[in-house]
Amino acid sequence: MTTRRFALFAVALALTTPTVAACGDDQGGSSGSGTTLTYWASNQGTSLDNDRQILRPELDKFTRQTGIKVNLEVIGWPDLLNRILAATTSGKGPDVLNIGNTWSASLQATGALLPFDGTTMSAIGGKDRFLAGSLAATGAPGKDPAAVPLYSLAYGLYYNKKLFAAAGIAEPPKTWDELVADGRKLTHDGQWGLVVEGGNVSENAHHAFTFAQQYGADFFTSGGKAQFDSAGAVAGVKRYIDFMATDKIVNPSAAEYANNQSLADFASGKAAMLLWQAADTTLKAHGMSPDDYGVAPVPFEAPTPPGGRHVDSMVAGINLAVFGNTKHRDAALAFVKFMTGDDEQKALNSTYGSMPTVKAAYADPAFQTPQIKVFQDTLAGSAAPLPAVPEESQFETLVGTAMKNLFADAASGKPITDDYVKGKLTAANQQVHAGG
Amino acid sequence: MATLTTPAGGAATTDRSGRSAGRHAGRRRARLDRRRLVPYLMLLPALALELLVHLVPMLYGCWMSLLRLTQFYIRNWSAAPFAGLGNYRASIDVNGAIGGDLLHSFGVTLAFTVLSVGLSWLLGTTAAVLTQHPFRGRGALRTLFLTPYALPVYAAVITWSFLLQRDTGMVNHVLVDQLHLAGDRPFWLIGGNSFGALLAVSVWRSWPFAFLCLTAGLQNVPGELYEAAAVDGAGFGRQLRGITLPMLRPVNQVLVLVLFLWTFNDFNTPYVLFGKAAPRSADLISIHIYQSSFVTWNFGLGSAMSVLLLLFLLVVTGAYLLVTSRRGDA
Repeated sequence: MTTRRFALFAVALALTTPTVAACGDDQGGSSGSGTTLTYWASNQGTSLDNDRQILRPELDKFTRQTGIKVNLEVIGWPDLLNRILAATTSGKGPDVLNIGNTWSASLQATGALLPFDGTTMSAIGGKDRFLAGSLAATGAPGKDPAAVPLYSLAYGLYYNKKLFAAAGIAEPPKTWDELVADGRKLTHDGQWGLVVEGGNVSENAHHAFTFAQQYGADFFTSGGKAQFDSAGAVAGVKRYIDFMATDKIVNPSAAEYANNQSLADFASGKAAMLLWQAADTTLKAHGMSPDDYGVAPVPFEAPTPPGGRHVDSMVAGINLAVFGNTKHRDAALAFVKFMTGDDEQKALNSTYGSMPTVKAAYADPAFQTPQIKVFQDTLAGSAAPLPAVPEESQFETLVGTAMKNLFADAASGKPITDDYVKGKLTAANQQVHAGG
Repeated sequence: MATLTTPAGGAATTDRSGRSAGRHAGRRRARLDRRRLVPYLMLLPALALELLVHLVPMLYGCWMSLLRLTQFYIRNWSAAPFAGLGNYRASIDVNGAIGGDLLHSFGVTLAFTVLSVGLSWLLGTTAAVLTQHPFRGRGALRTLFLTPYALPVYAAVITWSFLLQRDTGMVNHVLVDQLHLAGDRPFWLIGGNSFGALLAVSVWRSWPFAFLCLTAGLQNVPGELYEAAAVDGAGFGRQLRGITLPMLRPVNQVLVLVLFLWTFNDFNTPYVLFGKAAPRSADLISIHIYQSSFVTWNFGLGSAMSVLLLLFLLVVTGAYLLVTSRRGDA
């Protein structure tokens, strides 16, 4: 199975190498009416169909303005990266595509995406229009961005207002100690203080990043070398696992949650707190009224550990990239300009419950709610991008898996000590193979 | 054989009755050659496609395994630096982290495969033998047995993953709430129990295939044999050992091999059940290779592991066929 998959990959590549060379030269050609662009959109709505319904009217608007038609394909998250990799190997792909912003550095390294250098950037309105935090997650530092931010997201602390009132808690916690104390009050009779998505590798890795930052640790050295088992990283990861292991404010069953069961638990009141990004649409789908919950900034460790940073979220989000082999470069850039324009940013982000990536859009009243204010402040002041190194995906997989196993151990009552956490992270670190 | 006898016979005719017979034989030989060639010519397109679809990709896979093929080079594959046997060295260095984990995963897969194939075969044989003779409702029962095989993999396995959830799954509901077999709700999808859970799902999925093959095989066992055996006073057990199992030998030979290869390479079941990262006790090799290469963008290393897997399966298949067919001849 796997042999064949790799092999097919190789054949696809071998068969198309001449084509790549042949069409590499005629970029930047046609634009304007009559052109048809292919756009790969990621799944942002409740279903692929929902995405098509949301995007189609906007794309039609673009066609009316420019005469350029857009052929839309919405691709689910499990397939998107594979599709992009296949397009990269074959050189045949869409003109414009969405990428998860954590893939930016890796995809940048393949050279498949059009770099947004000075001229390209000014063609879409200049880089000063974008939020600095969002723009930081578009490629390796010091290189021209491989994409521009389209939708931004940040983590927040979702809390159930009714359960908080019932437990006599006046306001959401600001430190982890307060969160644990509140969590203990909220944990009783089949109800839990906090819920985590313990079996979800990516979620775990995102929290590992934030918690390690608060303890002053980076998972990669400034030279790009992996260091998963530094003292700060161990402390950060342990803090997160301890919500279940030591503080007992998380249902042990959450160790196997990997399909957003934590959202269901939060919506049904089985858990009073949740660390999440853009949960509104899903919570609504689970029947929770927006009045029943509030969103506060993710707490910090207090007192700040030595070297600890003021970071309580990753810069999450979706970037918009232009495929390097596109034959319609000008049309593609016109489309990027349209999608990152103030109007589309307002329309799409308010529909999807995400945050605009351009500053001007925040003037709109739709983005003045207290909840959005929390996310906006986080993105502007306390969110940091995940390490922009080509091995980033290895970090997510390896550390996220190690934490999944730690949660499994914690759930079965195994004591989680510093040495134990360090051992797991060291083992994960040894799996890293340098990217060449 | 034919190629040898025809010219020899032709030569003898020429000796005895002169040139005309020789010319006649020559023409006949050409016609025979052409007739022999036709089937091969007709097979040629299929053979070429077979080479293109199977052999060439395999060779490409082997070539990839010698390269340091990472995300930096997938766009221009030819620029990837030559790694020689570096990827293989990392894969088989059992003291290193990568090789050690691969070995562990290999062991898990082997144990899993042997158990899964054994149980599937046992269940398949039992069910096939019990439904061998007609009775009321046999057709319905057979259909029911085959259902797991007819269901799409994803739908079936995702259902199992719901059943096996700790809090809301039906397995725990029955075991803990109804039967009170365990005090604390066990986990099935993480930790040590996940091996058993995976095994159960795998057997559930593959035993109907064994059942199907063996039922077909049993159609070829002549009824007279059983009648004769019954006259001689052989009971059910004696008939099973003396007639049924020996007559099923050729079917079993292929069935066990196919089940072994499928189970060993199974990717869908663990992937749908556990997601990207399988628990350590159920870390099957196909998932392991996927995770240590595709997900982490290191295609050279993944190819090297896949080639090693291919070699292992080739050796197993070869040895198995050698042993079973030799015993078959004797």
